[in-house]
Amino acid sequence: MLSIIPLSLAALVLVAYFGGKNRAVAVVAGRRSTLHSRPLYHGTYVAVWVGIPALLLSLVWLFLQGPVIDILLVRSLPSDLRDGLDGSQLQLLLSEIRSLAKGSVFGNPTAEVIAAAERYKAWQVLAGWALVVSSLAISIAALVITRNHIAKRFYARHRVEQVLDWLMIACSTLAILTTLGIVVSLSIESLRFFDLVSPGEFLFGLNWEPQIPIRKGQVTAGGAFGAIPVYLGTLLIALIAMLVAIPVGLLSAIYLAEYSSKRARAILKPLLEILAGIPTVVYGFFAVLVVAPALRNFGQIVGMDIAPNSALAAGGVMGIMLIPFISSFSDDAISAVPRSLREGAYGLGATKGETIVDILLPAALPGIMGGVLLAVSRAIGETMIVVMAAGIIASLTLNPLEPVTTVTVQIVTLLIGDSEFDNPKTLAAFALGLVLFLATLALNVLALRFTRKYREQYD
Amino acid sequence: MTGDNIEPIDEIQTDGFAFPAELPIKIKSRNVDVSYGDKQALFGVDLDIPANHVVALIGPSGCGKSTYLRCLNRMNDVIDIARVSGNIELDGVNIYDDTIDVVELRARIGMVFQKPNPFPKSIFDNVAYGPRIHGIANDKAELEEIVVTSLQKAGLFDEVKDRLGDSGISLSGGQQQRLCIARAIATRPEVILMDEPASALDPIATAVIEELIDELRQNFTIVIVTHSMQQAARVSQYTAFFHLGYLVEFGDTEAIFTNPTDKRTQDYITGRFG
Ligand SMILES: Nc1ncnc2c1ncn2[C@@H]1O[C@H](COP(=O)(O)OP(=O)(O)OP(=O)(O)O)[C@@H](O)[C@H]1O
Ligand SMILES: [Mg+2]
Repeated sequence: MLSIIPLSLAALVLVAYFGGKNRAVAVVAGRRSTLHSRPLYHGTYVAVWVGIPALLLSLVWLFLQGPVIDILLVRSLPSDLRDGLDGSQLQLLLSEIRSLAKGSVFGNPTAEVIAAAERYKAWQVLAGWALVVSSLAISIAALVITRNHIAKRFYARHRVEQVLDWLMIACSTLAILTTLGIVVSLSIESLRFFDLVSPGEFLFGLNWEPQIPIRKGQVTAGGAFGAIPVYLGTLLIALIAMLVAIPVGLLSAIYLAEYSSKRARAILKPLLEILAGIPTVVYGFFAVLVVAPALRNFGQIVGMDIAPNSALAAGGVMGIMLIPFISSFSDDAISAVPRSLREGAYGLGATKGETIVDILLPAALPGIMGGVLLAVSRAIGETMIVVMAAGIIASLTLNPLEPVTTVTVQIVTLLIGDSEFDNPKTLAAFALGLVLFLATLALNVLALRFTRKYREQYD
Repeated sequence: MTGDNIEPIDEIQTDGFAFPAELPIKIKSRNVDVSYGDKQALFGVDLDIPANHVVALIGPSGCGKSTYLRCLNRMNDVIDIARVSGNIELDGVNIYDDTIDVVELRARIGMVFQKPNPFPKSIFDNVAYGPRIHGIANDKAELEEIVVTSLQKAGLFDEVKDRLGDSGISLSGGQQQRLCIARAIATRPEVILMDEPASALDPIATAVIEELIDELRQNFTIVIVTHSMQQAARVSQYTAFFHLGYLVEFGDTEAIFTNPTDKRTQDYITGRFG
């Protein structure tokens, strides 16, 4: 029954749009140029008023309908049934009535409960129809009223633009609210974690052994939640990845943008971008089965002991995965620098190298930074390659030849299994996530500052 | 405009014109053809540029003035589809020869482009860029000296002296044009190619630039493209008239403007002059 609303609303909006448009043309007897706003705006104006209020009403209504009916239902219950019930018992009673109304019967409901279920059913139907009728009434009223606004000098465009303004504000607010929601939920769980483990220990502790006793009174492990090794591992792997990705990516971009022939570019660019499309699991295989053994062999030859799981293997392979992020962004940014700037430099007798370094790269820097940032966030967030190639053991080391672990890997391992969200092991995941979130946020803000400052200077 | 219904011209209509015998020729071009892809833009241009003189290139829009100018410092090399053939000599050496280093050539032949193209750097760095890469200045003071005099000559210094650190892009169109002129002369080339250097300038700034051109002539050779007949008449000693990719007429500026031999030159000059 409620599905009538979207269908009829859509139909009404279409009618409103075309009706408004036609009416606008009719009002000026077809001489469109004499209208203040183009017919399109008149149509949109009417359509907006027909659609949006009814839509909002429906949303609010559906939100409130459940609670309101619940309140009415409780009121309507005979007093001997509801007196002396505390909150959760009342909830239990209500859900019994609801499920009865849906048709599933448990045990022997009393007559009062059956009557209440009947009432519940009836009210729901009533509320549904009331909503249909009132929203359609609003739409039709809006149609009639706004249609009469249409006139030669009616500023429909201004009205529509105002509505669009609000729409855009609403959309950006939605994004901001989502971010806020994430932060709040992360923070709440993290606070619970910090009740159990002190922030000092978490932030500055050098030992990460997130075990909890499985049985009560088990003696073995209290667990240690010092996150430094985890963050250090993340940093190390991301650093190795960027050391591979930035130079290779940037140089490929320069080759593609400035040196390659059109044909070579048409072939190489898509090939390079395929790298970004390979699933990370495959990179993980590659790291474990090819890169790590190769590194180990090499280590044996030169007399170094390289662990089978090493930050170098994981970071290196991750760097390869990130090459297209940097090369693609940088190539676009470099190619977007107008030819006149290149000619200006060449005209002064600058070499190609000087032109690239002095003119093109600075001018393309904001775009290049965008690619680098994206790559860094990918590197920090990457989990699969690390699990496969670098391991899950947190060791406090900056040696790229040893196994390390990263934040995201730890979050996954902490949350695997079915423990409740009431012990430090699972809650630690949220704390890790929160710190990671804050770190990447800070990184983004810094990069934004950097590019802005640079832009002020160069743009 | 298409070139189809125009019969090719075999020789330049320069009857009775000859450079004075003792005049040294800086740039000599013979039979220069240029095409962009399938479209030919210049047809067999023969033109000599005498040293320490100003040669003006005039002609209707799209006739190939910029194209010719860009041949002289091989700037057409930058355009993928452009093909240049013929012979262009600078001081008797073919600049399209394989042994020629384009970078060196362009350091000797400076250019001011039709559209101002300041670098996204500070005003100071824009002008200092050429001297820096060529190591013209020995120390910071000398570099500053070069920047300041170049800006002064281009008539821009007074407007920007308090904000040399601002971006060159923040300047107005006419200011950018003068910045590009300052940038070109700071490198101290032997030849300066100017493609409508005064197109965005007010009469006062134009007068400054024209004075500059006259002054530069003492030491440099100048080729200037202009749409203003008056300007051509004021600053140049020789004038070349281009039409649909052909060099139609070349001669003493005075002769071209007072007594053109070719009908097309006459039409063009009177159409705009009158
Ligand atoms: N980069 C290019 N690609 C393709 N065709 C070009 C290019 N540059 C110039 N042309 C063509 O070559 C012809 C000559 O152009 P050119 O720029 O030399 O004219 P111009 O005399 O400088 O004109 P204006 O006075 O408008 O600057 C024109 O027909 C133009 O369409
Ligand atoms: Mg031109």
